[in-house]
Amino acid sequence: MNPRTNPKHSQKNPFRIALAGNPNTGKSTLFNALTGLRQHTGNWPGKTVIHAEGSYQYDGDAYTVIDLPGTYSLYSNSADEEVARDCIIFEKPDVTVVVLDATAMERNMNLALQVLEMADRVVLCINLMDEAKKKGIYINEKSLSKKLGVPVVKTSARNRDGLDRLQKVIQEMAYGRTKTNPYRIRYSDELEEKISALEESVTSTFGDRLPARWVALRLLDGDQSLIDSLHQRIELHRKEVHNHGVDESLYPVEA
Amino acid sequence: MSQSSIIPLTEGLPGQRIRIHHMTLEGTMRRRLLDLGFVPGSEVKVLQRSPLGDPVAFRVIHTTIALRKEESSQIFGEIIGGEYHESTH
Amino acid sequence: MGSMNPSIPSKRNSLNALLDQAQTLSSNSIRDEIVSQIHQTGSTVCQDTVRYTDENKMMRSEKLDRILTSKVWGFPIMLALLGIVFWITIAGANVPSAMLADFFGWIEGYLTLAFHALHAPDWLHGVLVLGLYRGLSWVVSVMLPPMAIFFPVFALLENFGYLPRVAFNMDRLFKGAGGHGKQSLTMAMGFGCNAAAIMSTRIIESPRERMMAILTNNFVPCNGRWPTLILLSSLFMATGFAGGAQTLVTASVVMGMVLLGIVVTLAVSWALSKTALKGVPTHYTLELPPYRRPKLWDTILRASIDKSLFVLKRAVIIAAPAGVITWILANIDVGNLSVLEHVVAFLDPFAKALGMDGFILMAFILGLPANEIVLPILLMGYLSTGAMLEVDNLNELKQIFLDHGWTWLTALNMMLFSLLHYPCGTTLVNIYKETKSAKWTFLSFLIPTVIAIGVTFATTQIAHAMGWV
Ligand SMILES: Nc1nc2c(ncn2[C@@H]2O[C@H](COP(=O)(O)OP(=O)(O)O)[C@@H](O)[C@H]2O)c(=O)[nH]1
Ligand SMILES: [Mg+2]
Repeated sequence: MNPRTNPKHSQKNPFRIALAGNPNTGKSTLFNALTGLRQHTGNWPGKTVIHAEGSYQYDGDAYTVIDLPGTYSLYSNSADEEVARDCIIFEKPDVTVVVLDATAMERNMNLALQVLEMADRVVLCINLMDEAKKKGIYINEKSLSKKLGVPVVKTSARNRDGLDRLQKVIQEMAYGRTKTNPYRIRYSDELEEKISALEESVTSTFGDRLPARWVALRLLDGDQSLIDSLHQRIELHRKEVHNHGVDESLYPVEA
Repeated sequence: MSQSSIIPLTEGLPGQRIRIHHMTLEGTMRRRLLDLGFVPGSEVKVLQRSPLGDPVAFRVIHTTIALRKEESSQIFGEIIGGEYHESTH
Repeated sequence: MGSMNPSIPSKRNSLNALLDQAQTLSSNSIRDEIVSQIHQTGSTVCQDTVRYTDENKMMRSEKLDRILTSKVWGFPIMLALLGIVFWITIAGANVPSAMLADFFGWIEGYLTLAFHALHAPDWLHGVLVLGLYRGLSWVVSVMLPPMAIFFPVFALLENFGYLPRVAFNMDRLFKGAGGHGKQSLTMAMGFGCNAAAIMSTRIIESPRERMMAILTNNFVPCNGRWPTLILLSSLFMATGFAGGAQTLVTASVVMGMVLLGIVVTLAVSWALSKTALKGVPTHYTLELPPYRRPKLWDTILRASIDKSLFVLKRAVIIAAPAGVITWILANIDVGNLSVLEHVVAFLDPFAKALGMDGFILMAFILGLPANEIVLPILLMGYLSTGAMLEVDNLNELKQIFLDHGWTWLTALNMMLFSLLHYPCGTTLVNIYKETKSAKWTFLSFLIPTVIAIGVTFATTQIAHAMGWV
């Protein structure tokens, strides 16, 4: 997906980086540190309600960063989760950075695993490392990276620790130089069979524009809001084709 | 401690640890609670009541989540230990 | 359409076929299986990669919560913190406010000299210096210092993690009023700016409870109204006290106003939940994140600079033209009265019934675009009438009010009206954007206005009947 023609990414055609994660993990702080903007930050879940974009330059390339509202999951069908999900699945950012709270890894892993099921170009950013140290929490990021099949970077966004490395890792992935092998959960045999059965129909409907396994799983889960989004996008596309008479690809549609 | 009796979380006292058995909630809220870690088999600690008695704060997978009794009364589990303590001291 | 582009209907059909297929395969147990599988995986991964070495340190926030949200101390600490924030704001703002006012007055002298030297016509001097420049300098010197203190202190509490605890403590009250537990978080945002707080109500998912939070947000005073509350309570409510006691009394009065706003919020929410917004409170969960020590100077600098710029920007955009208009209205005569005086005379009887005067009501009306300009417009209105006395000293301020017949009751009513009246223009625009409904936007204007009129009217009548004034 997303074949980029020109190697250098100018202001006009920047790499797109999405920041996903649980509420209160420091996404906006990281966003501000990267872009120099002033998104509202504060220690309570739910501050970021408006989708914000900013940009930064790194090594001669332009990057657009999207600060998504914090969510505990992408499967509960609440409005902000839809925003985050649709961004990751339909707008297909060049890199999706999942920001995790180092002091609550288990809870945060829930969302990270969900993102790994739906996208390939994922970086895990374990933030709040300074807090974790204070609490005597140790995280083996090498082992984590190996298990989950994607790069893992530790940061402390408020102190700008680890930002350089994060930017470097993002760059490598944006250029497609990082091989990832995102961890895909194996379900019971019965469920896996159903997934395979449905996967084929998904592929025949959407081609390789959507992650077939993930869509199959969501449909089996009866994810009504995803179904609505799919319908909407087909309608949107129908209108566009009607107006412009082109039918290149169904997705992605600029939202 | 009472022997493997299943109680709703609302009946847990501050300080007690409870292993979740099942939930009777449905829909989005069930999903949200599962996402937060109120999963059957996992352990929850009752932290304390808010000054006016409700909601109650629970410790679940290293995070603190407050629930109103409308929700916590639909989560069931068994007490597995922990000392009861008065929340005001 | 189909003939023009056959591929689309077929895509739609195949999507429908796909959905049918999914439905036949799906079952209820699948949902739970998926979630529990993700959880198991997550916890296995973490078991191997995350190590907790000190359970005691993990419990720090919990220990603090046992005090900050305890039955005995929860509410007293909350009130004390609120009081301390106001006390610091008021005590700290006095001196810089006076210094700024002096400074602007000093500059004004030179501006006037310059205008004379250039033989500029009087009306130009009037518009630019007495109207525009004064309007601006009032906004800046009265508003900037309290804002530059209040917001950093508030930001420290916010970054420490205290706000969710307030929501936790207050939840029972909001539930009783039929509202959402996160309404208190959106109210906390209202302290900064009601217009921004309207956006923040998006954290409330249920449309009914969100509407309730939108309609009542205005009862939390925003940065445009703090200065009015602070200035009037220090000038009129704390008379007879000196020094530290005066600051304390002022802070208590301001806090009383905030508490009154909360009471009104709960009452209006309750009334709405019984009438226009009937329904049961929805489910929600509230996370209490661990306390984190804020980065002191970073937070302070960021909050005060951001807020200062915000205030200055609004001042330039709105207060400046408003200052010019006020000055012009005060200087164009129709008959033997200026336009301003005609308006004031027209409003006066009604305003008097509310314990205020025509100038005050006019200032509130002209102040619709932004609450920041109510006070400057009022002062310019007063100054434009009598002899043009120079107010480069905050102590002379009270004299202006007294000359226009103010008593403590006038001040109290203006504070009440400021606290309770309609939201500013920006907030109304945001309410319309968020609700997409002219009806609800109008209600969000009407409800506070009726309450503000009712409360000031009642206060005035009671005070008169009891012979207090
Ligand atoms: N100690 C520490 N605090 C942080 C760090 N990053 C963010 N924070 C704080 O954590 C809180 C939440 O951050 P925010 O960026 O608003 O989180 P978001 O909800 O994910 O956007 C704020 O009070 C930040 O100041 C960090 O690396 N270390
Ligand atoms: Mg944020």
